[in-house]
Amino acid sequence: MKKGILATEELLNIYEMMNLIRDFEMQAVSFFEGNVLRGSVHLCIGQEATPASVCQLLRPDDYISSTHRGHGHCLAKGADPGKAMAELMGKDTGYCRGRGGSMHIADVESGNLGANAIVAGGVAIAVGAALASQMQQNGRVAVSFFGEGATNEGVFHEALNLASVWKLPVIFVCENNGYGISVPAWQSTSVKDVSQRAQAYDMEGVTVDGNDVMAILPVVKNAIDKARSGGGPTLIECKTYRWLGHWTGDPQPYRTREEVDDWKKKCPIKRMRKALLELGVSEKEIGERERKAKERIDAAADFALKSPEPDPAHVLDNVFFEEEGIR
Amino acid sequence: MSVKTYVQAIRETMRDEMRRDEKVFVMGEDVEVLGGIFGATRDLVKEFGPDRIRNTPISEAGFISAGLGAACAGMRPIVELMYMDFALVAGDSLINQVAKTRYIFGGKARVPLVIRGQQGVGRGNAATHSQSVEAIFMHFPGFKLAMPSTPADAAGLLRTAIRDDNPVIVIEHKALYITKGEVPDDPDFMIPFGKANIVRSGKDVTVIATHTYVKKALDVAEKLAQEGIDVEVIDPRTLVPLDIATLTDSVRKTGRAVIVHEAHRTGGIGAELASQIYELAFPYLDAPIERLGAKSCPLPFNLGLENAVVPQPDDIVRAIKRTLHLKEA
Repeated sequence: MKKGILATEELLNIYEMMNLIRDFEMQAVSFFEGNVLRGSVHLCIGQEATPASVCQLLRPDDYISSTHRGHGHCLAKGADPGKAMAELMGKDTGYCRGRGGSMHIADVESGNLGANAIVAGGVAIAVGAALASQMQQNGRVAVSFFGEGATNEGVFHEALNLASVWKLPVIFVCENNGYGISVPAWQSTSVKDVSQRAQAYDMEGVTVDGNDVMAILPVVKNAIDKARSGGGPTLIECKTYRWLGHWTGDPQPYRTREEVDDWKKKCPIKRMRKALLELGVSEKEIGERERKAKERIDAAADFALKSPEPDPAHVLDNVFFEEEGIR
Repeated sequence: MSVKTYVQAIRETMRDEMRRDEKVFVMGEDVEVLGGIFGATRDLVKEFGPDRIRNTPISEAGFISAGLGAACAGMRPIVELMYMDFALVAGDSLINQVAKTRYIFGGKARVPLVIRGQQGVGRGNAATHSQSVEAIFMHFPGFKLAMPSTPADAAGLLRTAIRDDNPVIVIEHKALYITKGEVPDDPDFMIPFGKANIVRSGKDVTVIATHTYVKKALDVAEKLAQEGIDVEVIDPRTLVPLDIATLTDSVRKTGRAVIVHEAHRTGGIGAELASQIYELAFPYLDAPIERLGAKSCPLPFNLGLENAVVPQPDDIVRAIKRTLHLKEA
């Protein structure tokens, strides 16, 4: 049965993915608080709808570039949660063998060109992947995920202009969570809606409720179809909210408890659950997906905990491809 | 062998590699109809079209990161920087993104990306268009770094760069573009990275020089030969990887070293080369290593002032004589 543009099974996949992302992040918090994890860990709890929806609509061979808050993108693009959690712990079994950590998880094989610890750092990289797709005529599209803060970086402008001039198959997905660390968007950004900026590049710009899967899906579907058929790029702004601090340990003096609680009432997962029930999906089916997600994260946590540390003897490996003879 | 200019050697190498591999393409500012402001891509658009000889907006950060993305996605881009000074506009794209991608991805990406462009003095381009930036790319791990000083080296090093599966920075010198030299006709002519060129053999002093200073050092060597001083001149050709063995072997033989480059002396590559030579060949040295480079001053516009900042042939002569403890130095 098809509900809108996706079949029930696909909507359930999105729901399961949202749960998987939430559970992954909750597990990461728990590990961080238990000193199992260290370093910069940026969590996307409250923002699960966008990565889960966008990636459900992508082909396995499509590309994404991601951000410092990238666990959701990575998992939604098909990453194994165990290898992702292992990377958060810096383990040898992690996606980057402990070299990248939370902010650099990448899996080029699954089309993930990497989380990126530099704000807006991945936007032009996705543009380059789209250029390669266009030149190789292989029908792949690229999605660049970024926050509203990235849209104030110079390279964001360069990347969108480039994509528009070359009509590249790329979709720019802004997850506007309202804050760049502590600075509210109204204080940093000249436009009310980031999608307004698309006009400057002669590009279609759409703002959508980023906590509502059913609203995100048709917008993203149109943009992907357009990109794949040579129609060029689109800028989509998904308005959402990060429930936790910018990083684990952020004291958050810049916002009120009430504001956070208000957004928690708009929980994207609860909303999707309600939408599924309204579509006639049973509690049992929904519950099974929730359990499945939790089981996968439990297994991922177990895998990561049991994984070995990387061997410092190999710390110089892979600065270059075939590094013999390099001093 | 054919006699070619340095820029012609670069152009024909790119042309041949684009014929050989359709994944190779060039992008940069004004590369299409104009052929680049120094002519490195002149007329190539006629053969390859504007998709593969691709004009970019003036967006260095954007098109370098795009080059990275395209390289990760199966292409082999050659990105032309009009001036290497403009690499500084794209510092994040180069240093945080291009250089680190393979390593921080745990070795699971290949980045066959060439960034090439010219630097240096000689055309009155003043402070922001005359700098030498190689030390930056030698400092940050993740780039291979080539600096051709002759047309043959320009061809052989660039071909190796294009066929390499790593990010390679090829720094050319604007004053060398019109210089001529013999270039092998072999379409697979490659100069391996990490192999210094002993340009002139000598037994008394080792002069290590890059770019225009290779020729200047040779001229000085010929002059000093008449005074009975036998100078060995070595061009490292690539700084990453660095052929330190050839440099130290030479110093073990001569007991003396002069390092000369156009970049600022302070924190320049000469400091790194000198340190490595001290670490590996200190007991063989008969004199402190001499380092010559630009004074710590932005490069001035006026030619007389410019010449006052960068090393002159007489400076090389004096440095050589200092290492020989000769009185007139």
